[in-house]
Amino acid sequence: MKRCTIAVLVENKPGVLARVSSLFRRRGFNIESLAVGTTERPDISRMTIVVRGDDRTLEQVMKQLNKLIEVIKVSDLSENSVERELALIKVHAPPAKRSEIIEIANIFRARIVDVARDSFIIEITGDEEKINAFVDLMRQFGIKEMARTGKISMARGSKTVG
Amino acid sequence: MRAADAIVKALEMEGVEHIFGIPGGAILEVYDALYDSEIVHILTRHEQAAVHAADGYARATGKVGVAFATSGPGATNTVTGIATAYMDSSPLVVMTGQVPRAMIGNDAFQEADTTGITMPITKHNYLVTDERQLLRIIKEAFHIASTGRPGPVLIDLPRDVTMADIEFDYPDKVDLIGYKPKIKGHPKQIKKAVDMIIQSERPIILAGGGVRLSNAHEEVLKLAETIPAFVVTTLMGKGAIPETHPLCLGFIGMHGTKYGNYAVMEADLIIAIGCRFSDRTVGKFSEFAPEAKIIHIDIDPAEIGKNVRVDVPIVGDAKLILQEMIKMIKTKQRKEWFERVEELKRKYPLKYKRDENVIKPQFVIEKVYELAPDAIVTTEVGQNQMWAAQYFKVKYPRQFITSGGLGTMGFGFPAAIGAQVAFPDKIVVDIAGDGSFLMNIQELATCVDYDIPVKVCVLNNAYLGMVRQWQQLFYKRRYSATRLRYPELSFEKIAKGFGAHGITVEKPSEVEDALKEAFEIDKPVVIDFHVEVEENVFPFVPPGRSLREVLDGE
Ligand SMILES: Cc1ncc(C[n+]2csc(CCOP(=O)(O)OP(=O)(O)O)c2C)c(N)n1
Ligand SMILES: [Mg+2]
Repeated sequence: MKRCTIAVLVENKPGVLARVSSLFRRRGFNIESLAVGTTERPDISRMTIVVRGDDRTLEQVMKQLNKLIEVIKVSDLSENSVERELALIKVHAPPAKRSEIIEIANIFRARIVDVARDSFIIEITGDEEKINAFVDLMRQFGIKEMARTGKISMARGSKTVG
Repeated sequence: MRAADAIVKALEMEGVEHIFGIPGGAILEVYDALYDSEIVHILTRHEQAAVHAADGYARATGKVGVAFATSGPGATNTVTGIATAYMDSSPLVVMTGQVPRAMIGNDAFQEADTTGITMPITKHNYLVTDERQLLRIIKEAFHIASTGRPGPVLIDLPRDVTMADIEFDYPDKVDLIGYKPKIKGHPKQIKKAVDMIIQSERPIILAGGGVRLSNAHEEVLKLAETIPAFVVTTLMGKGAIPETHPLCLGFIGMHGTKYGNYAVMEADLIIAIGCRFSDRTVGKFSEFAPEAKIIHIDIDPAEIGKNVRVDVPIVGDAKLILQEMIKMIKTKQRKEWFERVEELKRKYPLKYKRDENVIKPQFVIEKVYELAPDAIVTTEVGQNQMWAAQYFKVKYPRQFITSGGLGTMGFGFPAAIGAQVAFPDKIVVDIAGDGSFLMNIQELATCVDYDIPVKVCVLNNAYLGMVRQWQQLFYKRRYSATRLRYPELSFEKIAKGFGAHGITVEKPSEVEDALKEAFEIDKPVVIDFHVEVEENVFPFVPPGRSLREVLDGE
């Protein structure tokens, strides 16, 4: 089993996301994360999908995606690309623990974006490993809530997927 | 112009001559527009049958078949038909009515999420939310349905969209950035394949349904004769080469010819053309043609390597690719191999035990073939389908129409209606099982209504025969829910009750006369052949086994 990050450029039309997720479900492909957003062109959206499977499955994923009419381009970004994810973490932060949390956040270049009487919301971006490491460190304080965007990815260098 | 009129005009411009369907509230406006059109609408008695008929029409002609249904239950009734067409890559445009835009999502009367339901069984589908996009969508739908790997496309039409006022400017081309089927094969791959063919000692061509879809039958024949190589087909590939041709080894797979299956297992090269290596064709994937290199020509890149390993993939249109290959092939006689295959043919012919007192189903098919070798033959699903495939020797492409991928009981009869509408002067025969025929028997009304003289040959074994056969062989004859108990049922009387002709045949000696009678009268006919009830289909490669492990019932 391998993990693979693929970027999918799609026409920005209603129902496209449903088509893509329906395809994954129907063919038994496993999505680990999926992030969607617009691109430099308003009529085109970009999905970043992380899938797990053997080589044959991953090849099928790319080929089957390509068959969808509204899919414009499918690229494998598993190697040599910049990968980022954003997480918002609401962590238990009583006065006695605050400075410790702030210190850890600084080391990770994370930002405290909301302060309440006994909690913080911390925003962190980075690759998956960095976020996982940070989340692990936060657990000791008590994570009350967490939201992650799923990974987005872009090939290094001047090459583009478009 | 009223959008509904624009729809009908667009269909006329697409060359549509026949539509199969059933009206209802949400699609009334379009039916109103159809009232003034030259397009012939065939009112079927079930929407499933409308889609199968459009599918049969498409398979028989190569044109896009068109079906209409209303919203909700009309649309959900089309599902089996659409899925059947999708599995066999049949080009269809299905238009369904939908509740008005403002009511979508509110569980309105006869609302169903038609595009949601059909998403996984269409090549593409549309919900028209803006009437100004309507004509572009129709243009795209016909283009998508009929190009690349063909398939069904559905357009869901909210009622208020069909009532809107739009300008009629039908686009003459489509602009789909994400859809550009690859047509031309890669020259390097073609060269590689040709070299491989020239070097091979035991080559076999495996022709699938893609040969028909790309009209490549002449090229297949030319290639086979030039190499020269034997040809086997898939069930969907029947007709890719005349089955009486000395190079043809019939169809392979679960119920294919034993000599065809064995030859494939001994080959050192498989040239697969427009086929998807389904489990029914190749048996156990990992043991398919163990000694062979595989060349796979297909327009759908996703089929390459999906089920079996491929040595030389060529993506593109089969016809064009074969034309390129034929130019480069050098003829080489492979005497030993030819002798070996002739020996296989002699040793393992198709056969069944004849009987003078009981009608053997295979005998009925032999007689149909003898009396109407040019007929278009459709089939239902089950034993009837396999006997038809084994004993009717197909002469020309598009002559044999069957539900291969989905295996839909109830397909054959409405598909025959579609084929007969396209070819009013041909004999069109549906080889049916008693179970399958009952699934769309209401279409006798359609046949009588429109004088569609389809001949239904029911191989009546009073069983869901194919399922019974599996129960006999794999479940110790525990015939759970496969006996069709109806001692009083008379297909002859049912046919006559609809105003069609009906014949009951109980003796082998009456088979020929009954068929002659049916083929002569210009009316829909149902012939109820009371056949041997526990006859089995052989050869039989049990599911999941290699093509060498053939049971032949002895
Ligand atoms: C719609 C549908 N339901 C169920 C099946 C499963 N099935 C496959 S063959 C078969 C029996 C068909 O019986 P009949 O039409 O009498 O044909 P026979 O095998 O007896 O020739 C059944 C139930 C199917 N293929 N399609
Ligand atoms: Mg039966």
